Amino acid sequence: MKLEHFANDIRLTTLEMLKHKTFGHLGGSMSIVETLSVLYGKHMRVDPQNPTDPLRDYFVLSKGHAGPALYATLALKGFFDKSLLKTLNDDNTTLPSNCDMNITKGIDMTTGSLGQGFSAAVGIAKGLQIQNKNNHVYVIVGDGELNEGQCYEAMMFAVKHKLHNLTVFIDDNKLQLDGFRTDISDTADFKQRFNAFGFHTQTINGHDVHAIDSAINEAKNTKGKPTVIILDTIKGKGIKAFENRADNHHMRFSDHDNTILEETIKALKEGQS
Amino acid sequence: MKPPRDLRVVYQETMHELLGQNPDIVLLEADLSSAITTNKIDARFSNRIINCGIQEANMMGVAAGLNVSGLKPYVHSFAPFVSRRAYDQVFLSIGYAKRDVFILGSDGGISTEHNGGTHMSFEDIALMRAIPGSTVLEMSDDIMFEHILKQSLSFKGLTYVRIKRRGMKRLYPEDATFEIGKGNVIKDGCDATIIATGIMLEEVLNAHEQLKAHGIDAAIIDMFSIKPIDKSLLFQYAEKTGLIITAENHNLVGGLFSAVTEALSPHKIAIIDGIGVKESFGQVGLTPYLKETYHLTAEAIVKKVLSYKNH
Repeated sequence: MKLEHFANDIRLTTLEMLKHKTFGHLGGSMSIVETLSVLYGKHMRVDPQNPTDPLRDYFVLSKGHAGPALYATLALKGFFDKSLLKTLNDDNTTLPSNCDMNITKGIDMTTGSLGQGFSAAVGIAKGLQIQNKNNHVYVIVGDGELNEGQCYEAMMFAVKHKLHNLTVFIDDNKLQLDGFRTDISDTADFKQRFNAFGFHTQTINGHDVHAIDSAINEAKNTKGKPTVIILDTIKGKGIKAFENRADNHHMRFSDHDNTILEETIKALKEGQS
Repeated sequence: MKPPRDLRVVYQETMHELLGQNPDIVLLEADLSSAITTNKIDARFSNRIINCGIQEANMMGVAAGLNVSGLKPYVHSFAPFVSRRAYDQVFLSIGYAKRDVFILGSDGGISTEHNGGTHMSFEDIALMRAIPGSTVLEMSDDIMFEHILKQSLSFKGLTYVRIKRRGMKRLYPEDATFEIGKGNVIKDGCDATIIATGIMLEEVLNAHEQLKAHGIDAAIIDMFSIKPIDKSLLFQYAEKTGLIITAENHNLVGGLFSAVTEALSPHKIAIIDGIGVKESFGQVGLTPYLKETYHLTAEAIVKKVLSYKNH
């Protein structure tokens, strides 16, 4: 399947899930759709029938609240049945708002308290290095998540240990929960910052699957240091009326919102392969 | 009989041996490897001894990740730094994520002495005990610590072990055995039961002698396994002696006293009281001064027992 089509399906499936639930973490789920499409559609070695295969590549969604987009991806890949997606956030569900490795097939690390998934990904990469394994570790952190001091400890560690089996994606969607990141917390340039720490850095359009594909290839060919791929993204990408809105982190859909969602879902269905 | 070893030397020597036996073991330090002497372990294991630098939060996350990759991490720092400093990381990335990680907290409570209040943890046991599924132990001597370390590869989930790095007296014979969830009866007795861990056992043994002079025959239990706690032993001695006194180098909130009280509360078969730190932060000083200051002495234990026996 073409990566654009896979991205289309992930976006469609995620929106159907959120619309069914009537609320959820829409903005930050939409901004990572293309990256998930390229990772699970092309680069990651995973076996949906054997989710804990020791030969697999590992994925940590450090911004764990974007779980819905990852659940849609895993269901489309066949890790579990698509019907399960309708249980998102229900009582006793296996699909909680934030990712949980102990209850959801295909989730490699429990995340949600921001910053912690970054360290865990670094630890997985270090563990694979110790065991002379060539599995790759991918982690997505949010631009807001980089407020957390723990991230900088993890960066220092990753560079010191030359973890070239680690690729970090920054979902630079410019917004954190309370509003625009540059208004609230952080005006610095991520590329300069990660360069200063010693990362191999790339900045790309985070909604261009071909750019993501090339950047991952470059990361895999980089030796002696970890790579960061700064994804220039739009929070809420794909639903024009919701894009870049400061209130799209977690939305409870009004009747008007539902009309917009229905139109978007219809258009995405028409774009299906 | 070999002379008693410092517990930090036990950690160094035993982990050295275990690193040689098991390729999955990884040690993690946060710039205190020289304090626990793991820096003296043979260089051929250097790829499995990771000094993270001064970054406890990341160290806990890395430990969780190492375990996800199939390895068995042993994490060390001073007790306050592995507990209150990195609590959310320990709680979520290790506890909630159900990772098998061994955490060693050294010099808990007054044992940190000259490092003073910033380094003095009277709440590490309370914090670790509150994590669902955790195992919480305090070591009494070198024989016990080596025995526990050699069992530890089979431990599941989060294990927190508190030690005093230096100067622990020998309490057990070399062939002693230890089981998680089982208390050790150091002395039997019928008038009162004194339950303690770690450095407080020395005070309890002194108290035992002083109580004899008052005609009181006190039992002593080393409850090194604070969680899970030996409920059947507690029940047996509560019923037998009717009076339980705990002694701990820790805040009374959430530590041994709390654990014993929680275990016995449904039974209403004994009076339970304890000595420990009350509503206080730490401070600089040597152990004798600090024991006096926080009333962690044999005399305080005797006074407490007599307050119930001299009615």
